[in-house]
Amino acid sequence: MLCDNCKERDAVINLTQVEHDSKVTLHLCERCAQEKGVETGVTVLKSPLGGFITAMGKGAPSMLPSPADGLRCAECGGTLRDFREAGRLGCAQCYEAFATHLRDLLRRLHGSSQHVGERYVNPGEQDSDPQRLLLELREQLRKAVENENFELAAELRDRIRVLE
Amino acid sequence: MIDLALLPDGGMHWLDASGPKSSIVLSTRIRLARNLQGYVFGQRARDNDRTAILTRVEEAAAAGERLRGAVTFRLDQMERPDRQLLHERHLVSKELAGLDRESRPRPGAALVVGASVGVMVNEEDHLRLHGMRSGFALEEAYAEVEAIDAELGRLLPFAFHGEFGYLTSCPTNVGTGLRASVLIHLPGLVLTREIQKVLQGLTQVGLTSRGLYGEGSDVVGNFFQLSNQTTLGKSEVELLDHLGKIVRQVVEYEEQAREVLLKTAELTVADKVWRAYGLLRYARSLSFEETMNLLSGVRLGVGLNLIPGLSVYTLNKLLIFTQPAHLAALEGRPTGDPELPTVRAAYVRRVLDTEAA
Repeated sequence: MLCDNCKERDAVINLTQVEHDSKVTLHLCERCAQEKGVETGVTVLKSPLGGFITAMGKGAPSMLPSPADGLRCAECGGTLRDFREAGRLGCAQCYEAFATHLRDLLRRLHGSSQHVGERYVNPGEQDSDPQRLLLELREQLRKAVENENFELAAELRDRIRVLE
Repeated sequence: MIDLALLPDGGMHWLDASGPKSSIVLSTRIRLARNLQGYVFGQRARDNDRTAILTRVEEAAAAGERLRGAVTFRLDQMERPDRQLLHERHLVSKELAGLDRESRPRPGAALVVGASVGVMVNEEDHLRLHGMRSGFALEEAYAEVEAIDAELGRLLPFAFHGEFGYLTSCPTNVGTGLRASVLIHLPGLVLTREIQKVLQGLTQVGLTSRGLYGEGSDVVGNFFQLSNQTTLGKSEVELLDHLGKIVRQVVEYEEQAREVLLKTAELTVADKVWRAYGLLRYARSLSFEETMNLLSGVRLGVGLNLIPGLSVYTLNKLLIFTQPAHLAALEGRPTGDPELPTVRAAYVRRVLDTEAA
């Protein structure tokens, strides 16, 4: 990718600037980045995790796009690079998609990557709670209507009536 | 205009100064971050996802026992002064209320609030359950929020991972999703210049300190919010125990600092706290920040038994009702009213006159 500023040299630095509530990411070559006052040796991303995320790849070399940056979550389409820039994951599946990279980060953040607290039991794995089933059916009904699948919607409505 | 009567208990029971150590620890707060399976996280969610999430939370609240009768405030449909008011009550974050410059609450941003626990919906995470208690009461505060968490978790499918625990948008919250914090008043440590040492010590033991309104807010009136920094690798009980142990120590340091002040500089301290009282009682114009700093002085005076006949509850109420949106609502003024400092001074005089009578 070419530098957004001079359009001549290869971009090696991603500069994320936050102004008011909008975020602008510039891809810059080393020289243009220096002109913009970015310390190219140790660039710190403007996110609460900036320091940690840079540290993930042990300093400056991490700023060079690594093959892993393109790693993509199949569920939400977010990439590892999106996460490094925003400091936020796109969806629950991202944890699985980026697991190897996250473990290292989590150990730095929390001193551990293993949850030892309360364990959650999925409502689906519990006995059939009629209240929960009702909520689940209503949700399915909403989706069916949204997708204009009226046959399914009618069937769901009947099941809901019975439960109510 | 928001009807404050809709807030169960006015959302203010944590102010009544009934809890343990309430002259030093104003309140204890618990927050649990949860997300629903099948929806992308808050920052990427589409508008209809957000609306669907809110509907599901409302339905679950109505179907369960503990949030039945809860009230929903649609922040995305409220005017700015009302949103600011909920923020000043510590019921919603600045982000959810869209109070940052030029921002608006995102579609579906809401607060579902019951008797003692509120749920922020469509914040950074789909659900943020939170509850506050008066004084230093970690276990009680956690028990309340945990009960709602268990109930909602039976009715809604939360995103959970065997290795990483409860999954959150930001990896700083993953695992337990638990942030426990105490709002603590440390004028003794500030006056004896020990505070920096204490705050540095806190970061070394995995705690973090923030200002009055939590993340990103400044310290005013010598109020600090102390909370756990990490959420993964320790159980909820361990996290609470650790925070509790350290806070007890900080409370002890504060008490020692106050003793030192009394022993070495009683006259200076007495002069300082009475001057603060005098200004609050007779000033004709007060900014919010000045009010906070003066209230801090008076609070210290009450804690040291130098100022008799004034209750901590009254001071807590002043802390809340002199905030811009509260004061404006109370006195029927617009929040940007240039006369607010005069109105504030009059309000403070009235409250202190009544208390002194």
